[in-house]
Amino acid sequence: MNMIETTNLTKKFGNLTAVDSVNIDVEQGTIFGLLGPNGAGKSTIISMLCTILKPTSGTALVNGYDIIKQSAMVRKSIGIVFQDPSVDDRLTGKENLEMHADLYGVPESEKRSQIEKMLDLVELSDRSNDFVRNYSSGMRRRLEIARSLVHTPRVLFLDEPTIGLDPQSRDHIWSYIRELMKTEDLTIVLTTHYMEEADKLCDKIAIVDHGQIVALDTPHSLKEKLGGETITVKTQNNLLYMEKIKEAGIAKNTIIAGGEVKITVDRAHTILSQVVDTASKNGIVIESISLQEPQLDDVFLHYTGRGLRESGGKELSGMGAIRRRQIK
Amino acid sequence: MSELRGIHTLWKREVKRFFRERTRFIASFVQPLLWLTIFGAGLGSAVHATLGFSYQEFIFPGIIGQTLLFTSMFMGISVIWDRQFGFLKEILVAPISRISIFIGKMLGVSTDSMIQGMIVLMLGPLIGVKITLVMVAEIIPIMFLITLSTVCIGLILASYMNSLESYGTIMTFVNLPMFLLSGALFPVNNLPPWLQWAVYINPLTYGVDAMRTIILGSAYVSPTPIYVDLVILLIFDVIFILAGTYAFSLRK
Repeated sequence: MNMIETTNLTKKFGNLTAVDSVNIDVEQGTIFGLLGPNGAGKSTIISMLCTILKPTSGTALVNGYDIIKQSAMVRKSIGIVFQDPSVDDRLTGKENLEMHADLYGVPESEKRSQIEKMLDLVELSDRSNDFVRNYSSGMRRRLEIARSLVHTPRVLFLDEPTIGLDPQSRDHIWSYIRELMKTEDLTIVLTTHYMEEADKLCDKIAIVDHGQIVALDTPHSLKEKLGGETITVKTQNNLLYMEKIKEAGIAKNTIIAGGEVKITVDRAHTILSQVVDTASKNGIVIESISLQEPQLDDVFLHYTGRGLRESGGKELSGMGAIRRRQIK
Repeated sequence: MSELRGIHTLWKREVKRFFRERTRFIASFVQPLLWLTIFGAGLGSAVHATLGFSYQEFIFPGIIGQTLLFTSMFMGISVIWDRQFGFLKEILVAPISRISIFIGKMLGVSTDSMIQGMIVLMLGPLIGVKITLVMVAEIIPIMFLITLSTVCIGLILASYMNSLESYGTIMTFVNLPMFLLSGALFPVNNLPPWLQWAVYINPLTYGVDAMRTIILGSAYVSPTPIYVDLVILLIFDVIFILAGTYAFSLRK
């Protein structure tokens, strides 16, 4: 069953087409990743699915409800963690969650237990009566995740959930997300520009560029489509070694780059012994050898023609967000 | 039902935040006290009118009005805070109507202003104004009518502003003329005609006049009967609440 289905979802801002006829289906109980550089349209897609923005044309179903005609039902079905912080720092953590429960009409009988459960999940129970202004940015993020779940949504939207966080906090958040998928009947849509995040968490990834979906598949198949793994070998005679590898006919492609021989193969683990054999048979001494699986970075580069890291604006807005958190 | 719960929780948030801001809380009754004692006594000693009440007594209802106005306008800034710090988003995506969001905010800020106004009212005996329980009971509804208008003006302005700085500037332009041209510090019936219109379109004028009628009693000759004041205030409230709801429903 599909939790989200979009049909030709389009959003125009004046002359700019931010989202261009996007068609995606998100299966229930999966984590779906929207991956793309800044201004690609990820957040705009999310905003439309959350009924914050009205599409220019096309529509979508979320939990079976139309985002245009049944926006109130959509809102009750979803939880959102925004890219920028959105907690009230003059209230305590618990008060923030209580307010959320009231706004979403969580029954009074379930309110307390639900809040405690979520605070527990993100390990904030012991700090729940502290003012949010005394929280670290990682804790605020965790609080926001807890808050988005208080009304037991069916779909959770995470817009850059780990932006501006240190690696440790990022790991924490990933583990909560995995934990959630185990215990709750939840479907998650997340946007990110961290390849690692998409790779580790998502069941399916859509690569978004210029408002369009340029690729959509599991992280594994996306990488596979790129064609194989790379074995990097450094020898004392690279030129000769490359010749011999080519003669052996085991590689799809062999090049010399940066004083190393890069051999592209389909199944590196089975071919590795042959790669070593070829060297020893010809009396070539191997100084180092390493094996690299294709990264999503490469996939991204392949489909959009540019690396994700080139788009530094997002990081900046992340830093801006942190600074804003500190201003009070 | 769920809308009412939403309004209640938004109201509660405003009031909680208000009480947690201790420094502002203290500063807010020091300022009226300074007006009453220093300005009131200073100018009062220069004004020699035989009216049956002192100048301090005369400006006392005006200072209550000023407190309501300033607090309302100042708290309107919370809309901009909420937007800048992202909290507004959390409210806007909740399954609750824009009208309820506006009403919750309006009632919250109104409560804050009312509390400030009540504190100033309690300062009355310090400058020799007699306050009776009946008076308090009569003044509270008038304060509420004033507050609704001033809060809505603040919220409307704030909903069109994007930065704290521009709101601060605009606030000064609205606050001072509204305060000075409300009859808070001097009778407005002798003003030159070109200023008169500004007095008439000012909701505070009617609020201050109504409170003065009650506080000074028969010694005070009011330019407009109290029931006219109240009806006009009510009309202002309706207009500003509608305008505020409209302004809020437009803003993303």
